Amino acid sequence: MSGLPPGLTRERGLHLLREMLRIRQFEDRCAELYGAGHIRGFLHLCDGEEAIAVGVMQVLGPDDAVVSTYREHGHALARGIAMGPLMAELYGKRTGCSGGRGGSMHIFDATTRFYGGNAIVGGGLPLAVGLALADKMRGRPNVAACFFGEGAAAEGEFHESMNLAALWKLPVLFLCENNLYAMGTALARSESQTDIQAKAAAYGVRAAAVDGMDVFAVESAVRDAADHARAGRGPVLLELRTYRLRAHSMFDTQLYRDKAEVDEWRKRGPLTTLTTALKAAGLMTEDDFQRLLRESDAEVRAAVQFATDAEWEPVEALARHVHAEEVAP
Amino acid sequence: MTDPIRITYREAVKQAIREALQADPRVFLMGEDVGKYGGCFAVSKGLLDEFGEERIRDTPLSESAFVGAGIGAALGGMRPIVEVMTVNFSLLALDQIVNTAATLCHMSGGQFPVPVVIRMATGAGRQLAAQHSHSLEAWYAHVPGLRVIEPATIDDARGVLRASLACPDPVVIFEPISLYNMEGELTDAATSVRLDGARVHRPGHDVTLVTYGASLWRCVAAAETLAGEGIDAEIVDLRSLRPLDDATILASVRKTRRAVIVDEGWRTGSLAAEIGLRIVEQGFYDLDAPIARVCTEEVPIPYPKHLEDAALPGPERIVATVRRLFSDAQ
Repeated sequence: MSGLPPGLTRERGLHLLREMLRIRQFEDRCAELYGAGHIRGFLHLCDGEEAIAVGVMQVLGPDDAVVSTYREHGHALARGIAMGPLMAELYGKRTGCSGGRGGSMHIFDATTRFYGGNAIVGGGLPLAVGLALADKMRGRPNVAACFFGEGAAAEGEFHESMNLAALWKLPVLFLCENNLYAMGTALARSESQTDIQAKAAAYGVRAAAVDGMDVFAVESAVRDAADHARAGRGPVLLELRTYRLRAHSMFDTQLYRDKAEVDEWRKRGPLTTLTTALKAAGLMTEDDFQRLLRESDAEVRAAVQFATDAEWEPVEALARHVHAEEVAP
Repeated sequence: MTDPIRITYREAVKQAIREALQADPRVFLMGEDVGKYGGCFAVSKGLLDEFGEERIRDTPLSESAFVGAGIGAALGGMRPIVEVMTVNFSLLALDQIVNTAATLCHMSGGQFPVPVVIRMATGAGRQLAAQHSHSLEAWYAHVPGLRVIEPATIDDARGVLRASLACPDPVVIFEPISLYNMEGELTDAATSVRLDGARVHRPGHDVTLVTYGASLWRCVAAAETLAGEGIDAEIVDLRSLRPLDDATILASVRKTRRAVIVDEGWRTGSLAAEIGLRIVEQGFYDLDAPIARVCTEEVPIPYPKHLEDAALPGPERIVATVRRLFSDAQ
């Protein structure tokens, strides 16, 4: 992190740290619950990437659309999806935010325009293009924020979507979370051009690389990008450079990277650096920090209780939602 | 009751698209060459001038992106009609159709239905060789969450789009390439087409021919030949390939007590296999003869006319198969 922005208030600083802490506390608990068998399937944690989720969501308005990936707990929490229904979804309970049918990789929420939770790498990009197209055709000044990893840059859907969004000048924010590894394959082992943001030039798309470990840098870059897109000047690609401090999923033994590399990045972890900076600037005391920890811990406990108490969907409802239940007009 | 008028299958589809665009400002058409070119099969010719660039959108050759954009636009409150030139090219958009359109409603606990209509041309018969002659309807019909429709008549070609756009689910409409030039009468029946019902195209008493798409007309030709031999065939036109209308199929088979399924898909893993087993499950004791099927030979469709004809389930093969049912019974 390159330092706190001038004029940062104590309230603002604590808010951003609180948002990131909530994500971290939530996910640390998820890892334990996975070990205890309460959460199953694939579980992808975003340890190290919290500044991106929080920075982006400071900019988006309630009517903007969000398209995410299978590593989306942070995006969901920062977007405002309540922690209880999120945890219930990871448990597979009927009060989960996707009715329990999606699980960790498929978080959906209509009230916050959160369109998943896509487990196909690159699969969400065309969707975001379409959401932006609909908003543009309907004259709504919204943007579609689309998260994806750097691995998706190798997919055809990345290139097709960049071209289409640029061609039609659609308000899409292509937000690439470059954590350097597509599962276990390092960027340099899979891409001839490792500078992801440079790929945008081929489509005439405005692009920038951003320190994804710095919540202020993320927020500032996304604000510029959203202004550009809302002004009708087309999509923007932001390459948010970050690092995944934990395994890809709970099955990953991390044979593909050195522990020393992880340790080095951990020093740059967005929570660590923001905590240190806020204290050094006199904007937060240790007591403040402990209070934030207690508050988010209480929220996580309540979420776990909510999930534990929730009922299972009855088996009789197995085939529900294969088709829409709304009556055709 | 208005007097029937004679139009082509192509014109029937175009009229349906035009009516949809006029009726609902949320509807728009997008796909490869739908605008300036007028549609690969001239279905949308003239619509660009009539409705403008916003609603008749030429897309890049990016099947995955524009089909996915159609899904996204549907989620965003529009009613897109996405034209994929042919089923062959739709394989490049399978991710979006199977992984996204078909799953989103369920995965989101019903929060996000996907009211997108995806049209594509299908089938052989125009000497377009192996990569432009597939009949892969069965692949799509395999997938829960999708509705799969194949209109074979002028009325259905005209009427199915309205029903599809009114449906909150993703609908895949297959249009047989070999039928675009077919002329026929457009009747009032076009105004009441449903998405889930098969239809008895030709009533008969001795054998049921279950079919869909371009094969309907192969069955019609076969039935005429069989009628000359004293075999009165009933033809069931499925129209909907997912869901399948078991009730109409079984009602016919219980009446005729014999069934032949005619399917332009390859035999292995075909819709014919699915339909045959449904008849066995629900009507085995009503049968007087084993179920038979006539499918496309298991070869990539060849270019020369005589070989293409030999590969397809033509009237001669249908007639021969039906005859065998009766001679074996003797």
